[in-house]
Amino acid sequence: MKLLEFLKRERKKSASVAKERLQIIVAHQRGQRGQPDYMPLLERELLEVIRRYVQVDDDAIQISLDSEDNCSVLELNVTLPKS
Amino acid sequence: MAKIIVVTSGKGGVGKTTSAAAISTGLALRGKKTVVIDFDVGLRNLDLIMGCERRVVYDLVNVIQGEAGLNQALIRDKRVENLFILPASQTRDKDALTQEGVERILEQLKQDFDFILCDSPAGIERGAQLAMYFADEAIVVTNPEVSSVRDSDRILGLLGSKTRRAEQSLDPVKEHLLITRYNPSRVTSGDMLTLDDIREILSVDLLGLIPESEAVLRASNQGVPVTHDAASDAGQAYSDTVSRLLGEDMPLRFHEVQRRGLLNRMFGGGRR
Repeated sequence: MKLLEFLKRERKKSASVAKERLQIIVAHQRGQRGQPDYMPLLERELLEVIRRYVQVDDDAIQISLDSEDNCSVLELNVTLPKS
Repeated sequence: MAKIIVVTSGKGGVGKTTSAAAISTGLALRGKKTVVIDFDVGLRNLDLIMGCERRVVYDLVNVIQGEAGLNQALIRDKRVENLFILPASQTRDKDALTQEGVERILEQLKQDFDFILCDSPAGIERGAQLAMYFADEAIVVTNPEVSSVRDSDRILGLLGSKTRRAEQSLDPVKEHLLITRYNPSRVTSGDMLTLDDIREILSVDLLGLIPESEAVLRASNQGVPVTHDAASDAGQAYSDTVSRLLGEDMPLRFHEVQRRGLLNRMFGGGRR
């Protein structure tokens, strides 16, 4: 039985792995489009500052800059671990 | 009024120059007066693919720096009427290109030509940005492979921000996707991204699909753009691509595994 299951199990096709990986990286790339060049550094330094007080993961911080007519809004979202 | 079309990709080796040569040849064969410009200063290759490497006297940089006139540098194609090549410099580096110089040349060419194709260098540096800066349309050449698709997405981002049309808030550069080196049997076996996967990830309209083909290497060996090999799959696929670029409605071909009959298998040989 086990052998039959093993034989029937389909190997995950490499093309679908490629597609999933691309969808993630392309979405990430598009998020950075049009952002000022200093954003990645700003994000890293903010993370460092937060880590002086709370231990958070790399992906616990989300930062985005939205421009409206005559002002820009910097939005910062940090997920803190349960204490 | 001439249309300026950049052939670009980000990643190297995906078929930009092959495509620029094949598409410009196809346009000229339809009677459109066409010039194809090599922007890869320092690593020129379009002249080899077009088979005019021994007739290069002056180049793009000579014209920009005023050392030669445009008409002295333009090479007339020997096979098709209405087709001209403006080669890149082999010796100078890419800093020899200036935005003002490129603009001046394009404005001059616009008076005489229907289509101006700019064959971009790989990468996203100065040469590539200058090749796309004045474009009205862009052909983004992509292989069904992760790094090529990712780089194409980067290039699409630049087309939307670092071009004259973007900076001056004109109508955006019209983007076309050209998939090259597509292998339908590997797609069927699940080891190659499908046409629809790539379209979905990049969300750009498909201009053409060129199958992986022996005809492409044969063409570059001989310095004859593959469009001239009208019996080959790649030649026909480029011809379809040119038709779509001219606004004709062409059904897609070569995206499915070709079933070859017994006779064809026995006598058809490897010529595709």
